[in-house]
Amino acid sequence: MSGAPREAACQHVAARIVEKTQENARTVMLALDAALECIPGQFAMLWLPGVDEKPFSIAGADPLSFAISRVGPFSERVHALEPGDRIWIRGPFGAGFSAAPGRALLVGGGYGAAPLAFLARALLACGGKVDAALGARGVGDLLFVKRFRDLGAAVHVATEDGSAGMRGRVTDVVRPLLRAGGIDRLHACGPEAMLDALASLCTETGTPAELSYEAYMRCGVGICGSCEHNERLVCRDGPVFTIPTGHASGS
Amino acid sequence: MCALPSTSPDLSCRIAGVRLRSPLVLASGIWGTSPSLLVRAARSGAGAVTAKTCTPEPRRGHRNPSAVDWGHGLLNAMGLPNPGAEEEVSLLRTAAKALAPLGVPLIASISADTVKDFGAAAALVAQAEPSLIEVNISCPNVQAEHGEMFASSARSAAAVTAAVKASTSIPCIVKLSPNVPDIAAIARAVVAEGADAITAINTMPGMLVDAESGMPVLANRSGGISGAALKPIALRCVHEIAAAVSVPIIGTGGVLTGTDAVEMISAGAACVGVGTAIVGRGAEAFSFILEELTVWLRERGYASLDQIRGRTQRPCSPSVTNRPPIPGTHVS
Ligand SMILES: Cc1cc2nc3c(=O)[nH]c(=O)nc-3n(C[C@H](O)[C@H](O)[C@H](O)COP(=O)(O)OP(=O)(O)OC[C@H]3O[C@@H](n4cnc5c(N)ncnc54)[C@H](O)[C@@H]3O)c2cc1C
Ligand SMILES: Cc1cc2nc3c(=O)[nH]c(=O)nc-3n(C[C@H](O)[C@H](O)[C@H](O)COP(=O)(O)O)c2cc1C
Ligand code: FES
Repeated sequence: MSGAPREAACQHVAARIVEKTQENARTVMLALDAALECIPGQFAMLWLPGVDEKPFSIAGADPLSFAISRVGPFSERVHALEPGDRIWIRGPFGAGFSAAPGRALLVGGGYGAAPLAFLARALLACGGKVDAALGARGVGDLLFVKRFRDLGAAVHVATEDGSAGMRGRVTDVVRPLLRAGGIDRLHACGPEAMLDALASLCTETGTPAELSYEAYMRCGVGICGSCEHNERLVCRDGPVFTIPTGHASGS
Repeated sequence: MCALPSTSPDLSCRIAGVRLRSPLVLASGIWGTSPSLLVRAARSGAGAVTAKTCTPEPRRGHRNPSAVDWGHGLLNAMGLPNPGAEEEVSLLRTAAKALAPLGVPLIASISADTVKDFGAAAALVAQAEPSLIEVNISCPNVQAEHGEMFASSARSAAAVTAAVKASTSIPCIVKLSPNVPDIAAIARAVVAEGADAITAINTMPGMLVDAESGMPVLANRSGGISGAALKPIALRCVHEIAAAVSVPIIGTGGVLTGTDAVEMISAGAACVGVGTAIVGRGAEAFSFILEELTVWLRERGYASLDQIRGRTQRPCSPSVTNRPPIPGTHVS
């Protein structure tokens, strides 16, 4: 957070889709021809003029990419776009993850894995080791298993219906890993219930953690208050918060 | 050289009998009516906090994009999203309770589509016993029944003021729009009906166009300009209102720094509203502005805000101000 009264404007930039990859049954990865100076865990607002504008985690900086799950009207419209089509972006917004050496466990629930492959690359680049625990309802919702394997991370999978990996919740694979020791930090993104369960596990095992929360966003710039979560603004103080202090991560 | 006074200048001020320990007021609509965020503004240095405007019925607000930073401030069309006056009462109660130990008064804010509903909304939020009620007749992003803001004419502004005054004994502040030919006339009309204070100003209508798509950027097409671009408009409005009426003015619009606050008070404001500054300076904007204001006053030997208030009202003759200083004299 800066004491400077005026910061650079953050207006929309029209970007072109250069690549569209189907990642799972309901998620596509879009690579764009625009550039954003950003760190893993930050997000951007994606805008389709005349349709809507919604927040999405930055899934990669080079090329700038987003992993979009189809869950409603806006993501439906984004899924209909093809390479060559345009989409408007503004950002980056929010506080991201911090990168440090050591062994990190990255936990993604559903499309919550979106910012984590980007983070894994940053952690590996600064000499860290990465384990990934990925959870979803079923195999069709699992995201980035192959991307993490290709990066050389140890990947642990859990699905609620048992269609891939261990049957159960992602916290069921995380618990033994944390209790066994050797994990220096945990970084997670996913549904709130998963993050809350991870927060208790991390408190119990004394594992420092950075958790990325979602909230209903309007302005994205910390002024309207609609993204408040536990007395903090997710768009500005977060979306990444550190446990146990509850303060925004040191990005 | 004059010696700096060792004590800090007195930054307290008053609106309609309510004492503020700091002249900075969180503007309405910033951070909604979340009690914890209102407390956060109070802890950062706000002397009073204004809740988001509530309407008799809940409103969902407009689609996104609803607020955009275009480099000289914000353009927003949130569309007054709020949970409705009834739900607002319980939020206001919680907020008032949390703010009391900090000594920071709570200002409720209301809007409605008809004069009668303004009165009803005032009576409803009065149940939460806010220190003051701000009457928002000037939101550019919603239209009243007849298609224009109540702040547009002296007659409708006065009618709303009268309805609110008849519904509650809590002092009321009427919030005016800059988008009128003669804001002083509107100010006189609301004061004649008993307005205890005036907030000037709400946002100025504006629009941004995306060059690539040729589309308006905001989903609502047009919105309200706030922040840096609004400051000169706000200063003129405050100056004109201060010359026309004697009730206190919450000077609002583009105050980003301590110097901006000095300018607003110099134009005649009793205290200063702060909103968009939070986009650039974060939640600590209040403490930054307060510190800058304190240093500014102390370095110039001012002991209180009264000493700088309304300086723009002094008669100014160009032949006098253009005269070069006489060497060896000190102009105080
Ligand atoms: C910081 C951040 C990062 C994100 N990153 C990604 C990402 O990388 N990939 C991705 O696919 N999605 C991401 N999202 C989520 C995405 O922004 C939403 O899913 C978006 O709403 C999709 O729009 P839609 O119109 O397709 O669906 P919507 O109609 O908005 O519905 C999406 C889902 O959200 C629910 N919902 C809608 N509004 C609310 C509300 N006010 N309160 C509670 N629930 C509501 C709906 O019931 C539905 O289940 C992120 C969200 C945030 C805040
Ligand atoms: C996002 C946003 C929401 C606002 N909502 C309201 C509102 O609900 N009621 C109101 O009276 N004014 C509202 N305003 C106007 C502000 O209270 C203030 O008058 C205006 O922004 C000028 O001050 P500033 O330049 O310091 O932001 C809103 C302004 C912004 C930026
Ligand atoms: S989305 Fe408006 S404050 Fe976060």
